[in-house]
Amino acid sequence: MADVVTYFMTALGLGFYLAGTVAVIRFPDTYSRLHALTKADNVGLGFLIVGIAFQADSWMVVARLALVWGLALMAAGITAQLIARTALQRQSP
Amino acid sequence: MTDPTFYGLCGAVVVGTGIYGFVLHTHILRRLLSFNVIGSGIFLMLGAAGSLGPDTAADPVAQALIITGIVVALSATALGLALLVAYARASGSPRLPEDANDDP
Amino acid sequence: MMALAETGFDLVLCAMIATTALLAIGVRDQFGAVVLFVVYSVFLGLGWLRLGALDIALAEVALGAGLTGLLLFGAHARLPASVPVPSGRAVWPAACAAGGSGLALGWAFLTLPEPVGLQEAVAANLGTSGVENPVTAVLLNFRSWDTLIESIVLLAALIGVWSVARDDAWGGQPGLRQHARHGGVLANFGRLLPPIGFMIGVYLFWAGSSKPGGAFQAGTVLAAVALVVFMGGAMRPPLVTARWLRLVCVAGPAVFLAVGLTGAASGVFLGLRPDLAKPLILAIEAVLTFSIAASLALSVIGPPEDPEDHV
Repeated sequence: MADVVTYFMTALGLGFYLAGTVAVIRFPDTYSRLHALTKADNVGLGFLIVGIAFQADSWMVVARLALVWGLALMAAGITAQLIARTALQRQSP
Repeated sequence: MTDPTFYGLCGAVVVGTGIYGFVLHTHILRRLLSFNVIGSGIFLMLGAAGSLGPDTAADPVAQALIITGIVVALSATALGLALLVAYARASGSPRLPEDANDDP
Repeated sequence: MMALAETGFDLVLCAMIATTALLAIGVRDQFGAVVLFVVYSVFLGLGWLRLGALDIALAEVALGAGLTGLLLFGAHARLPASVPVPSGRAVWPAACAAGGSGLALGWAFLTLPEPVGLQEAVAANLGTSGVENPVTAVLLNFRSWDTLIESIVLLAALIGVWSVARDDAWGGQPGLRQHARHGGVLANFGRLLPPIGFMIGVYLFWAGSSKPGGAFQAGTVLAAVALVVFMGGAMRPPLVTARWLRLVCVAGPAVFLAVGLTGAASGVFLGLRPDLAKPLILAIEAVLTFSIAASLALSVIGPPEDPEDHV
């Protein structure tokens, strides 16, 4: 049962990553690319982490996985902010 | 089990790639980047060679050598880049004088 | 089926490592090259995980991707606009040199004799080393000579970095002046992340005696914490002339050397008595972690540059 959930969640997560990657290549300007990168990839990572959590041996491992996701979310959000601000200041498309 | 041979050969490819960049680029920043690529490729070969053989655990002596190497490479890069920035500010060019004449 | 999947994963990962290396070298845009170098280092860290070398994976991602990437970004921002990458006929000699050396190295790797390895020798003596992580045992006991010199190399590099400072900027704060917006995202990040990073750094140091981790990985994480604090403007970097700063940088190698000399008094330079090995190694590592953190952070920040900071 746990294996089925893992397969499903990881597949879903990879789907989001794929969508995010296609969007980064296809979208026209910095801001929409950032939007694709941070939102799609963060959801993708979330599904991956939920999928892997079903394989964990203990709650400690699940807590660490959650910490990884939290830190990745924070880092992605902050870098996106900084890149967008720099792009705005430079008026680059 | 992971076959270290893949990673050893990958290391050889990476070293070759790094040498290509080191010879080709005239901008010193790109050269230092290539130098780092060469170094990490050599580490990969060394680590893969340490994982060969019947004992599947990676060789701890090789691991310790590689960690030492990574730290020293970072120090060398920091020194090299500091010298490069000072040189470029003094001369106005991020290239060595003999390379600056090669412009097409 | 499982073995096939693992082999496939290794092949794809090796292809990614080689491709990102090639792109980092070959791409025209200099900023793009630095970004690709960071990506390459992260893939390489995954490769080390696959080889079972967790200590190297940690070091590669923290030092190779993190700090080297930051150094390259910093230098890119300080340098004049990039120069064109040579193309056309200039490529051929470089390609020949690269192809030749790559093929020779690959051939040499394939014809390596059956390795004897030092795994057994290390495992046999691990009991007398004072620690359970074989890599830490090699770094701080069996081959501690290398590690002592390495910690001195870090200091020498820092002195080198400082020695290229302009005379009018010397004595000020290291690096460029940071312009984090007060109350902005970066300023808040610079206050939120350090406690978490500090905890992870101390954990890596403590775990190093029995699990992957150790003074160098922990020192790198602490250096990164210091850099985030400076960039976020939560604290300004200390003046390069501050005496306590120099003491922190020198303390690690000094304690290491002192322990080595007490070993010399009882026979072997850097020899550790098995019953005292664990406390001695922990003492060296504890001081060394902070020295490494300070030396790395200061080397990455660079020499003082702003004459107005001179107070």
